[in-house]
Amino acid sequence: MLKNRIIPCLDVKNGRVVKGINFVDLQDAGDPVEQAKIYSDGGADEICFLDITASNENRETIYDVVEKTSKKCFVPLTVGGGVRSVDDINKLLNCGADKVSINTAAVQNPEVVIESSKKFGSQCIVVAIDAKRYEGGWEIFTHGGRNPTGINALEFASKMEKCGAGELLVTSMDKDGTQSGYDIELMKKISSSVNIPVIASGGVGTLDHLVDGIKSGASAVLAASIFHYGTYSVNEAKQYLASKDIPVRI
Amino acid sequence: MNVTIVDYNSGNISSVINSFKEVAKDKVNIEVTSDLNKIKSSDKVVLPGQGSFKSCVDALYNISGLVDTLNEFAINIKKPLLGICVGLQMFADVGYEETETKGLGWISGKVSKIDNQNGKYKLPHIGWNQINIVKDSKIFNGINNNSHMYFVHSYEFVPDDKNVISATTDYSSNIVCSVEKENIFGTQFHPEKSDKTGLKIIDNFINL
Repeated sequence: MLKNRIIPCLDVKNGRVVKGINFVDLQDAGDPVEQAKIYSDGGADEICFLDITASNENRETIYDVVEKTSKKCFVPLTVGGGVRSVDDINKLLNCGADKVSINTAAVQNPEVVIESSKKFGSQCIVVAIDAKRYEGGWEIFTHGGRNPTGINALEFASKMEKCGAGELLVTSMDKDGTQSGYDIELMKKISSSVNIPVIASGGVGTLDHLVDGIKSGASAVLAASIFHYGTYSVNEAKQYLASKDIPVRI
Repeated sequence: MNVTIVDYNSGNISSVINSFKEVAKDKVNIEVTSDLNKIKSSDKVVLPGQGSFKSCVDALYNISGLVDTLNEFAINIKKPLLGICVGLQMFADVGYEETETKGLGWISGKVSKIDNQNGKYKLPHIGWNQINIVKDSKIFNGINNNSHMYFVHSYEFVPDDKNVISATTDYSSNIVCSVEKENIFGTQFHPEKSDKTGLKIIDNFINL
């Protein structure tokens, strides 16, 4: 039976982890490689890096991080943030990323999704959707949630599936950072409207939120803060899901 | 000992390289090449594959003499070869991804789309699934039945002779996820991404 995945996400800026945890056995809390290794040793089903480096001159730092991590972690590694072109995707894959997540570029130029999924396979193309509620549904935003697009999230999700995306990483902007749980309605709507796996993101504060995320139809749940700050370990999260009869890899 | 990972522009093979180097340490030399002479002279060959069946087969034929060299290595000299994901699928006679495409024909059978039961199951089949070991395979030495492996695929290999199947996994149906036929081994899952149990499979192959 296919297991539901738990994916810890690390925000990386200029090659360093932002909001890192302070494990006692950690020599350098800001080192993404070490943090990723702790997650994978702790049972993370995948690792996600979100590169939030603002300046272009420091964008190269992520390649170095990915290269080092992929030599230490033998679970799938997804990298997103600032991916603009097929060439960017190629570079990340060559450094050892297994999947690349595309946000703004997928909206501005869906050709990037079409071309890259043909070239590298759908399995490594994740489209990240940042969605915010409005009266008639959800609107997607680009540029890290700064720019409204007027595009309906459900329509965009279906379009991305057709363009060749292998998975959708759906983040609720209303919920992100609130620790009040995923936007369950959004996750339900999107995962029932597409035939590709959905990763739920944005809003996790408790282990019950992870349970709710899976029950909404998502194939995987992504969380940052609860793992960053050591509120829960990945293993604790998995044990809890298992206790609620949700199939996980233990 | 030399183990060669065939680099034929089949998509992203850095994870395969990293995992083999991690397991091999300094004991075994891991080559990554499409050089025909190096492939011929190596002790073992790894055939990775990502993307579509057609794109991988096309990429093999794009390197002049490569298919003949692999045939010589795996079928005539019978040295150990491991196919991973589409690398395994290409063992078949024919694949139906994108368009009907002839495979290597090493293990008769076909590669067709996983039946998603009218949308009841998501495709690709992505994530960790358990393997049911149905045959003693040398690459499963020390691997427990029902171990978790990492999968990502939408197509499945359906061999004619069920005796080649060494493991299956349950998704929308019972999917063949590992085969062994004499010196030819293949996994539909990604041992290079399956954490310690995956690395153990790689170790088993290297130590054959």
